[in-house]
Amino acid sequence: MVQMELYLVVSTFMMFVGIYGFFTRRNLLAMLISVELILNSVDINFAVFNRFLFPGQLEGFFFALFAIGVSAAETAVAIAIIINIYRNIRNIQVKNLNEMKH
Amino acid sequence: MEYTIFILLLPFLSFLTLGLAGMRMKHQVAGAIGTASLLGVTVLSYLTAFNYFTAGRTAEGIYPTLMPYNFEWLPFTNDLSINMGILLDPISVMMLVVISTISLMVHIYSFGYMKGERGFQRYYAYLSLFTMSMLGLVVATNIFQMYIFWELVGVSSYLLIGFYYTKKEAVAASKKAFIVTRFADLGFLIGILIYGYYAETFSFTPTIGALAAAGAMIPLALGLMFMGGAGKSAMFPLHIWLPDAMEGPTPVSALIHAATMVVAGVYLVARMFPLFIGYAPEVLPWIAYIGAFTAFYAASVACVQSDIKRVLAFSTISQIGFMIVALGVCTSSDPHHGGLGYMSSMFHLFTHAMFKALLFLGAGSIIHAVHSNEMSAMGGLRKYMPITHITFLIACLAIAGIWPFAGFFSKDEILTACFQFSPVMGWIMTGIAAMTAFYMFRLYFGIFWGKENKELHAHHTPHESPLAMTFPLIFLAVVTCVSGFIPFGEFVSSNGQAYHIHLDMQVATTSIVIAILSIGLATWMYMRPQQPVADMLEKKFKRLHTAAYRRFYMDEAWLFVTKKVIFRCISTPLAWWDRHVIDQFFNFTAWGAHAAAEETQDMQSGNVQQYAIWFLAGAIALTILLLI
Amino acid sequence: MKEILHFLSEAKYSSFIIKIVIMTLNLIVFIVLALFIGVCSVLAVTTGRILRAATYLLFVLFGTAGIYFQLNYSFLGAVQLLIYAGGITVLYVFSILLTSSQGDKAEPLKSKKMIAGLASTLAGLGICLFVMLKHKYLPSKFVEGELDVRTIGHTLMGMDKYQYVLPFEVISILLLACIVGGIMIARKR
Repeated sequence: MVQMELYLVVSTFMMFVGIYGFFTRRNLLAMLISVELILNSVDINFAVFNRFLFPGQLEGFFFALFAIGVSAAETAVAIAIIINIYRNIRNIQVKNLNEMKH
Repeated sequence: MEYTIFILLLPFLSFLTLGLAGMRMKHQVAGAIGTASLLGVTVLSYLTAFNYFTAGRTAEGIYPTLMPYNFEWLPFTNDLSINMGILLDPISVMMLVVISTISLMVHIYSFGYMKGERGFQRYYAYLSLFTMSMLGLVVATNIFQMYIFWELVGVSSYLLIGFYYTKKEAVAASKKAFIVTRFADLGFLIGILIYGYYAETFSFTPTIGALAAAGAMIPLALGLMFMGGAGKSAMFPLHIWLPDAMEGPTPVSALIHAATMVVAGVYLVARMFPLFIGYAPEVLPWIAYIGAFTAFYAASVACVQSDIKRVLAFSTISQIGFMIVALGVCTSSDPHHGGLGYMSSMFHLFTHAMFKALLFLGAGSIIHAVHSNEMSAMGGLRKYMPITHITFLIACLAIAGIWPFAGFFSKDEILTACFQFSPVMGWIMTGIAAMTAFYMFRLYFGIFWGKENKELHAHHTPHESPLAMTFPLIFLAVVTCVSGFIPFGEFVSSNGQAYHIHLDMQVATTSIVIAILSIGLATWMYMRPQQPVADMLEKKFKRLHTAAYRRFYMDEAWLFVTKKVIFRCISTPLAWWDRHVIDQFFNFTAWGAHAAAEETQDMQSGNVQQYAIWFLAGAIALTILLLI
Repeated sequence: MKEILHFLSEAKYSSFIIKIVIMTLNLIVFIVLALFIGVCSVLAVTTGRILRAATYLLFVLFGTAGIYFQLNYSFLGAVQLLIYAGGITVLYVFSILLTSSQGDKAEPLKSKKMIAGLASTLAGLGICLFVMLKHKYLPSKFVEGELDVRTIGHTLMGMDKYQYVLPFEVISILLLACIVGGIMIARKR
């Protein structure tokens, strides 16, 4: 079987790519996509740890499963908010979202 | 005796009412409220005195010390606490009578004197506050309560002296009075603290053992307390505030400088008298010397002043000196052997309050008539103001010590006490008494006889004062005539037992002869319109006259001490240190905080992504820290 | 040829050889998946067009599902495909179509911002990899074989220890709340 660390390297890389996207993208939806990448990499970690280190148990498996559910919920709410923002200011660029700064 | 609490409550309530709602009242209403409350206080005081002195003596033949109220206010330790309450003993009851009488007279008098003045209601509010604090001072059950009311007296006198706050001199005088007495009170407070520490109580009756163990600290504490008393009672060299305090309204001068505030120091020494006699007999002669010097100094200055209120002010200082001397010459608490001074001092306090209030009120009446304080504006006023003239003459005879007026009896007792102490002291005080008679009659002739300032009087004819002002004059004149016959020793004496006053004929004859001689001299010099002798003396001793007129440069000396010594050598370096080190340090911290904020405010951009970068950077830094 | 087959059929070697072949295949599959995921995720965060980003995300999700399959978690892979690839990506595409017009393209990045992001990201990545590779994990106990769906079902619906009916219900309520919240936020006023 493939070594566990290789899976972890892939997930870590994916996570930091997501973080980079979160830092640099200026479109709210693109930032949300980056967040999805981060979540996804964590899911991989859960599954891998469960599979390699605790084969008799299922915590990691179910955590990944629930995380998928939660991220679905999160995406739904976030997109609702983004659409609402779009309705108000006719775009979804981060730089225009400074009304709540003050 | 539970009703005595109203003696304090009535003026306090009157103060609150007038202070809070006075501005919406008519002048007459405000004055009536203040006077009515004072009338109540006076009635209660007389009732207290009557009940107290008719209740009878204890088995030892003394009047009992009563405390209708005494509750614990500030407990410091199990043993040491500050109490508040009311203490009744012969001297406090006597003071209640004096203060309420004079204060009532001043209240009535002010109706006429202050008529139409701006701030009439405020004036009555201050009068009530002053009366309340003075009454609280005399009935204090312990030294700390006394101190609290002592300071209240200081504050209210500050307010009263500075009543004409638009007048520059009045403001300066009120500040001077407050600062000087406050400076003296520093000594008082330290004395109280030392006393409280060693005696383990603030009450006037400490346990004997604690005092005996304290050694030299008790004389020190009592000496420091006397410093506070000297400040309030205008003893040399802390007397400088009193002449200036004449800037206040004249009735206020009568109240503060005749009967109440200035005798607070005398009262303090009298109150602590058992301790002085028992534990610090070596301090008492010094008190006597200070008093004697003050009496002489003030009398000599009073001989040359031209402002009639100034003359009265220095005369007051001189008379307070007499009282202090009388206390200081005591060598035991037995009135028959060296303790006579205590009784005579209290007696003189009582009579002096009456005739000095009369003098001040009379002076107020004169000033009211001619609108000037200067003797040059007066002269020949006897035709215009007969009542003022007669009452003023009675007061002058009283203070000069002529039988049968009140001053004769009390001054005679003081002189007797002084002769018992030492003949030198007795002759010195007799000489000062002669000076008293001389300067008072110089004043009297200068006002009512002498050369009339016709020019001024034609322009504005002097007139007798209204009834509100003459009634107090007549009342006090009657009191002055009769109060000498009060068997004062029956009520107040140094060990509490009845003392029958018997005139020492030798002393009495000497003093009365000398007084009459002085009066005669004053009459010869000042009665006629032309005063060749006085002018000649003034020319011949020009430097002495100028020095006395300038009060022997005491104010200049103080100014030198404060401005040149204290300000330049102590305050200036301190101010430099404060401005350049302490302030700069805080300026630096403020500048640092401001600069740091300037630098970091860009971090608060409102940009979530930037925050996230900082967040990650922080997480990385933490991880590195953990790895190391 | 026959000899080789014979050689292979010999019980002594055949299982060993099959093992090696399977391992090699696994490794090859993993490398392909890893490259696919890596490239697609980088493209998803760097491409200028938002619709393309969503598409690359879809590819990444597919790759992730592939990893689950490779770990013999077929159920998890199926859920990933269904919910992520099937549900969420569609949601993204719809919202992108709602909020962007045709030729929308992201403005080029300011270099300062990109350097800040890149530097902090690389630092984080370095630290994480360092910690991860240095850490001594428990000994690996990989067991071949598919996870039984029956076991999954029992564990998901059971109420005993290590069984997950309570989180399951919580997730269901959370989803309901999200539906209501989404509608509340996004409806027209």
